[in-house]
Amino acid sequence: MPSERSLDRAAAERRAIAFRGGGFALHPKRWASWIAFAAVLLLWQALVSLGAIKPVFLPSPSSIALALGHLLATAAFWRDIAASLSRILGGWAIGTATGLAVGLAMGLFSLARAVGVPVISALFPIPKIALLPLLILWLGIGEPSKWATIALGVFFPTAISTYSGIDGVPLSLVRMAQSFGLPFGHVLRKVVLPGALPSILAGFRISAATALLLVVAAEMIGAQQGIGAFVLTTGNLMQTDQLMAGVVVLAALGLLIGWGLSALERRLLRWR
Amino acid sequence: MELILDEVGHAYGGLEVLDGVDLRVGEGEIVGLIGPSGCGKSTLLSIVGGLLRPSRGSVSVAGAVPADSLNPFTFVFQDFALLPWRTVEGNVALALEHHPLSGGERRERVRAALARIGLAEFRDAYPRQLSGGMRQRVGIARALVVRPALLLMDEPLSALDAQTRELLMEEFLALWLGERTAALYVTHNLWEALRLADRIVVLSRRPGRVKLVVPVPIPQRERAEPAAQAELAALHDRLWESIKAEAQLADREMADA
Repeated sequence: MPSERSLDRAAAERRAIAFRGGGFALHPKRWASWIAFAAVLLLWQALVSLGAIKPVFLPSPSSIALALGHLLATAAFWRDIAASLSRILGGWAIGTATGLAVGLAMGLFSLARAVGVPVISALFPIPKIALLPLLILWLGIGEPSKWATIALGVFFPTAISTYSGIDGVPLSLVRMAQSFGLPFGHVLRKVVLPGALPSILAGFRISAATALLLVVAAEMIGAQQGIGAFVLTTGNLMQTDQLMAGVVVLAALGLLIGWGLSALERRLLRWR
Repeated sequence: MELILDEVGHAYGGLEVLDGVDLRVGEGEIVGLIGPSGCGKSTLLSIVGGLLRPSRGSVSVAGAVPADSLNPFTFVFQDFALLPWRTVEGNVALALEHHPLSGGERRERVRAALARIGLAEFRDAYPRQLSGGMRQRVGIARALVVRPALLLMDEPLSALDAQTRELLMEEFLALWLGERTAALYVTHNLWEALRLADRIVVLSRRPGRVKLVVPVPIPQRERAEPAAQAELAALHDRLWESIKAEAQLADREMADA
């Protein structure tokens, strides 16, 4: 034990230990996001109002909002939205169903994996929109060629996220299920699929964004209706405020899909 | 029911891990299986549990398998192997769902298993919300709910801290002394084996074969008492002497490729 005296001396000589941690950790600052967003809009509005930017090149936020308001009151614009939505839904459903089936097979069976991986690796990098002319040749200018383009774009990320999700399921959990005598179908339903679900849902995010991109591109190439066709036509007519209103609708669509998927994830992945 | 291993050998590719293991686990007997790392203890357990096909030899049972056992050979895993997306109750129920039981009976069995191991109030918790000790209790409840004839315990306490290990060991003992379910208990820990096992089997370093069999002639419930300590210490020394040189050699071995 140190004596009282040496403790006193130690107390006299004590120095604070310098702090050297901190940083490298981010904290949420919601207010900053909102202020920055509002500031950008204000600056934009000011620049157009003051004449620094010509409205024909970039209309002000207020005139875009106005144009959007008018458009939303017309039946024609809603027909465009409906046309785009039905193409997204149709193409996404076909691509997701086939992607899940192929991804599942590739995740579970060695033969499917051996055959599938090189095929997918070779075809995945093709920008699917480049195939639209070919698909129009095969399927005609109508809806099927657009569905097929979107389905192709959706198929690959879905198949890849499905089989890599299955790869990520710990083998120890599969063996556990087998050790309790669970038949194949039960192992699949109760262990493999729930384990792969986070990856599959992450794939949905990518495939939904791809579907939105492809529907616009496809509608710009060959369609009378749809937001993509609308944006192209208004651009040709230099109706920039309406063009931007179309872009806003597309952005809103992307946001809505993202929110929907987030809600789905919260529901299905509550256990995380 | 008696488990009989006859000249069981196993190789992963060219890597020989088990070499002619002969072993018996009698009715209600707890056999501790110890040996240096990589000697094939877990491999042996997987073979007994039907998860791995042995390269050589045979695994068989003699005598009647209890009629009420839904899964005679039942594992308790080192990493617990719980489904993170199922609650405690759901994880235990997993072992029953594919058996033809009525919903009521299934719920009742799950409830009884959880109650027996003190998990009743954690029924609706997800594994991530539980401590390691509680997770392994779920693993044990899941094993008990199928009324096993032989428990295959693969280092069930190694992933836990020392105090939790001590607590769970006592609970195992209490359960075992009530049921006398036979068990093959793999562990690294000599004291764990000496507390729980009726007989301790020492495997040699890779490729593992039975090097030594040491019966522990003290009833389990007396092993914590002072009178037993000298004899247990002597057994510990004997086991350690047998295993030490092997462990050193295994430790210095390099993995080829």
